[in-house]
Amino acid sequence: MRPMPGKTLYDKIWDAHVVTLQDGEAILYIDLHLIHEVTTPQAFAGLRLAKRPVRRPDRTLAVADHNVPTEGQALGVGAVADEEARLQLQTLERNVKDYGIEFFPMGDVRNGIVHVVGPEQGRTQPGMTIVCGDSHTSTHGAFGALAHGIGTSEVEHVLATQTLRQTKAKNFRVNIEGEPIPGVGAKDFALAVIGAIGTAGGTGYVIEYAGSAVRALSMEGRMTLCNLTIEAGARAGLVAPDETTFAYLMGRPSAPKGGAWEMALSYWKGFSTDPDAQFDREITLDAAEIAPLVTWGTSPEDVIAVSDRVPAPEDFASPDKRASAVRALEYMGLDAGQPITEARVDVVFIGSCTNSRIEDLRAAAKVVEGRKVSPSVRAMVVPGSGLVRAQAEDEGLDEIFLAAGFEWREPGCSMCLAMNPDKVPPGQRCASTSNRNFEGRQGRAGRTHLMSPVMAAAAAIAGHITDVRDYL
Amino acid sequence: MDAFTRLDAKIAPLPLANIDTDQIIPKQFLKTVEREGLAKGLFYDLRFDGEGKERPGFVLNRPEYKGAGVLVAGDNFGCGSSREHAPWALMDFGIRCVVSTSFADIFYNNCFQNGLLPVVLPAEQVQALMEEAKGGNHLVTVDLEAQTVLSPAGETFHFEIDPVRKEKMLKGLDAIGETLQMAADIDTYEMRRALDRPWLEDA
Ligand code: SF4
Repeated sequence: MRPMPGKTLYDKIWDAHVVTLQDGEAILYIDLHLIHEVTTPQAFAGLRLAKRPVRRPDRTLAVADHNVPTEGQALGVGAVADEEARLQLQTLERNVKDYGIEFFPMGDVRNGIVHVVGPEQGRTQPGMTIVCGDSHTSTHGAFGALAHGIGTSEVEHVLATQTLRQTKAKNFRVNIEGEPIPGVGAKDFALAVIGAIGTAGGTGYVIEYAGSAVRALSMEGRMTLCNLTIEAGARAGLVAPDETTFAYLMGRPSAPKGGAWEMALSYWKGFSTDPDAQFDREITLDAAEIAPLVTWGTSPEDVIAVSDRVPAPEDFASPDKRASAVRALEYMGLDAGQPITEARVDVVFIGSCTNSRIEDLRAAAKVVEGRKVSPSVRAMVVPGSGLVRAQAEDEGLDEIFLAAGFEWREPGCSMCLAMNPDKVPPGQRCASTSNRNFEGRQGRAGRTHLMSPVMAAAAAIAGHITDVRDYL
Repeated sequence: MDAFTRLDAKIAPLPLANIDTDQIIPKQFLKTVEREGLAKGLFYDLRFDGEGKERPGFVLNRPEYKGAGVLVAGDNFGCGSSREHAPWALMDFGIRCVVSTSFADIFYNNCFQNGLLPVVLPAEQVQALMEEAKGGNHLVTVDLEAQTVLSPAGETFHFEIDPVRKEKMLKGLDAIGETLQMAADIDTYEMRRALDRPWLEDA
């Protein structure tokens, strides 16, 4: 008899959560359901209509993040100026109350961006299945949890059944080996992967990140990497849990304690890919060859090194992609062949679930310290949660940013998607640590260049896109 | 969910790659607590200019494509955010089927929750449909039972679709109701889970 081939990390998490099969689909048990104000109102409305309860309110956690203003949060939801945003926030408040779901309201120090809060509270744990009505749920894969975004109908399904109907994805392994050059980190790794495989390259797969450069990343770095997995088309990214993961989790409010911790630890240690497991696709990148990266266009795959020139439409093979490039150049106000460092920036945004954790802020503060924001730039730092903000203030990072001329704001999604008052004005150019450079994403007709926190910090000082290596 | 069986409709060409959900429905329309009424935000920045006036050149604003029920678009349609407002807006506008070479996973999934049929065809066939859609006759027939698209010029393109999804779409089944039939299995799983991973119970 032939031995069974080994299993991947994804296979193992999947197998541990299949409740049963029905009509060729798996019914997958969900360990943690994160919810927020934007993608849930219609789901709760559906539940009410069908008179269905929430099956496991205790496995559900709610935050208010997308719509919240990033100042004056202490005034409460009643003071939110935008009427529709206020209604959505109030609807969430009512729903969590009616269904007995734990909620960190706006202004609570534990509130913040959903993908910052889950890990920070120790809710996100290895080997779990985690879903949220938000595509960047892939972030939680950094802990070796199978985590992905779902639509509102599926939110309703999970609320009602604590399960999700799924068909299994394929396995893709991305190895990043070696040591990066100074100034290059997880954000550049992620952009390099997207640049290499394209925004549809991961469609139909779950990506596991491996290799020495991934192992060397902190949890914050791994979260950045997994966060951007969705921009490569894969719903979920994974990093196998290890000592870095366990050290991060230990002592967090919802992490197991005492004997339960020991029990959990031995369970978690089983979640790694077997040496003889097969992947449907595999690529390897050399970390040392990755330069600080920026995007030039309106798709996250439009990536170039900061030392490069803006490409021309003729550089692309497919007619649709050429058409998209023409459109992107016009939208971005850039000329083919122009060095990207010539692009002057009007706004700098350091924040979002990609890069708003304490390590991101520390790295940016290091570049900023003792320097001044260019007078033509509006620069802002938006910590990912109230706790990140408090920690940064303990470390004096707020003073460094404020002294340089940055705004120091309250937590939320902020300028990542402009559903709240923080927006890039039309025609203005933004150096952003967020995850999407789509047309209008940061504000109608706003122009986004994605980059790492240190690159964004350097752009704020220089007043244009610039190589952070000159600022180290 | 609305069932989808067969559709005779106009097809409108959208020859761009990577049309993301921010383009399908910009975020200012996401602040609703309803599912209906999102047609007004569909492709907002493509349909309207900065002053909110219709851009006459945009395909869905052109009289000959009025009432289009099918879209044919470039690669990787529906990438980006998980917002189900994207299929809701398309449906509310009257679009019941989108044809492309590929779709982003979450969007693809969301389509099936709402009776919006995503049809994947090879690049040459999408290109052919795109060209025909630009011509004078742009009526197509999409037949889910037969898994075919009958092009304006009378060519039949066969498409693949997961049989389970096809069945549900044909019948317009309610996924939650179906899963709840398996409630006993979920109970059993939860009991086992409480024994194996007790630390998850007292969080
Ligand atoms: S920060 Fe941006 S990407 Fe992240 S959850 Fe908020 S809106 Fe979504």
